Amino acid sequence: MNESIIKINKLGLTVNGKSILREVNLRITTGDYVAILGPNGAGKTSLLKCLIRYHHKFSGMIEIFGHSIYSLSQRSIASMISYVPQLNGTTFPFTVEEFVLMGRYPYFSPFATIHQLDRQAVDEAMQHAGVIQFAGRSMMTLSGGERQLVLIAAALAQGAKVLLLDEPTTYLDPMHKSRLYALLQRLNTTLRMTIVLVTHDINQAALHANRMVAMKNGTIAFDGAAAEIMRKDALETIFEHEFTFIKHPENEYSIILPES
Amino acid sequence: MELITPSSVWQTGTDSSLLDIFWKIRVPRVITLFFAGIGLALSGMVFQAMFRNPLATPFTLGVSSGAALGTIVHMLLPLPFMFWGISLQSLFAFSGALLSIYIVYGLSLLKQGFSSSTMLLAGVAINFFFSSLILFLQYLSDLAETFRIVRWLMGGADIVGFQPLVTAAPFIILGVGSVFYFRNELNLFTLGDELALSRGMPVKRVKIILLFIISLMVGAIVAVLGPIGFVGMMAPHICRLLTGPDHRTLSVTTLLFGGTFLVLCDTFARTLIAPAEIPVGVITALLGGPFFLWLLVRNSSAKGFF
Repeated sequence: MNESIIKINKLGLTVNGKSILREVNLRITTGDYVAILGPNGAGKTSLLKCLIRYHHKFSGMIEIFGHSIYSLSQRSIASMISYVPQLNGTTFPFTVEEFVLMGRYPYFSPFATIHQLDRQAVDEAMQHAGVIQFAGRSMMTLSGGERQLVLIAAALAQGAKVLLLDEPTTYLDPMHKSRLYALLQRLNTTLRMTIVLVTHDINQAALHANRMVAMKNGTIAFDGAAAEIMRKDALETIFEHEFTFIKHPENEYSIILPES
Repeated sequence: MELITPSSVWQTGTDSSLLDIFWKIRVPRVITLFFAGIGLALSGMVFQAMFRNPLATPFTLGVSSGAALGTIVHMLLPLPFMFWGISLQSLFAFSGALLSIYIVYGLSLLKQGFSSSTMLLAGVAINFFFSSLILFLQYLSDLAETFRIVRWLMGGADIVGFQPLVTAAPFIILGVGSVFYFRNELNLFTLGDELALSRGMPVKRVKIILLFIISLMVGAIVAVLGPIGFVGMMAPHICRLLTGPDHRTLSVTTLLFGGTFLVLCDTFARTLIAPAEIPVGVITALLGGPFFLWLLVRNSSAKGFF
């Protein structure tokens, strides 16, 4: 029952003469909650961008739900995969509701007005993400944490079963961070959504994701369970940095101790 | 000077030369400018959305000056105005407009990650280049030709009869149609290519189609009216303040505002120092210059339009 929904075979990507990805092989199956780790410039973001065909001149093969990514229209990719980009402080002049409604684009027709179904999907998405109370507010007046949740709401409104997120917690305070991880957990378990999360938050990823993938120099350096990567030798080879581990007091996980 | 009152137009016995002024000069001029205003305002709105920059307009990006150069080349060459029922002048303007947008867009394809502000700068450079070529052509021409060119460059060259409207209207209608057809896509453009793609929009295809149609529309308007600046920049911004950034409503307000605004500017142009006329392009630029500055100041303090 756990079929591969994303198959990546020997993916290579060169941008402006620089090799970004090489020989990437990855399979993602229904219900996966994958965290992608790795140092800066390892190609994590580029990998996600290949999956939404932002980068389209790659070598190798990407299959989504059994179709080659080249044979799909942008619209049908969007109905299968939704994407939450890095925030980078970009703001949008729209209200939250208008912005989330734009997530329904794959179902719009140029000759029709907004359908009742679209309104419903927007409401549900805002409810899931817990942003319905500021539906009417301008995106420009939101805090970074609120904006991140709205971006996720818009991705949910898209109705895809796969959600890609690029460092969603970077600018968030502890409260919003914990709300975001709780939301992802709910989407994964209750709605059976497949989650692929690029993050530098190694501890949180280890506690929440059910699979860890580490990238280094444009290729996959590790793919397995959290327990296997949360070891000194494994992490130190990937990040070329020293880590100290301690045991989580409530469970058996190793976690990284902040440096003093 | 005798006034043409609304009732006199419909009465019998009114001086026929007054009627001629009304029906052959005033009415066509107002309607033509209304259409042109619509086209210019919407073209600004589209460029601002596509380049995600409040200063992007066909004027700043060199499309207008490309079209102007084309038109002037046609004026200087011993060519007929019409050729097999097609306005040759428009064809030259189209070529100029398309050439500029082709260069700007072509540059963006050379390198991935070419930002829209770099594209805008490239447009500004092309604008300067074509403007210099126009000056060069002026320098080479004789006095009468130079006067014709300068008067035409000021915009709103005297329109007589419906021929200019008939030439430009199909392209303006095509432009308006495409703006409404792509209203959702225009919204997505303002989110940036990455989000627009991930929402399922074929960004590149829509961009090329819109750039092509809008450049044609601008070329058609420039060919009959000269390069009238600032309508394309001001109208969408004012309308954004009035009805918000959603292109589903913004397109409608920009359309109405742009048309009305240009007609009003032209009314000022005709009446301010009557019986002499100020070229309408002078009026729009006089209003537009200070507005441009206000926009720059406002934009550096606020978080940006897009």
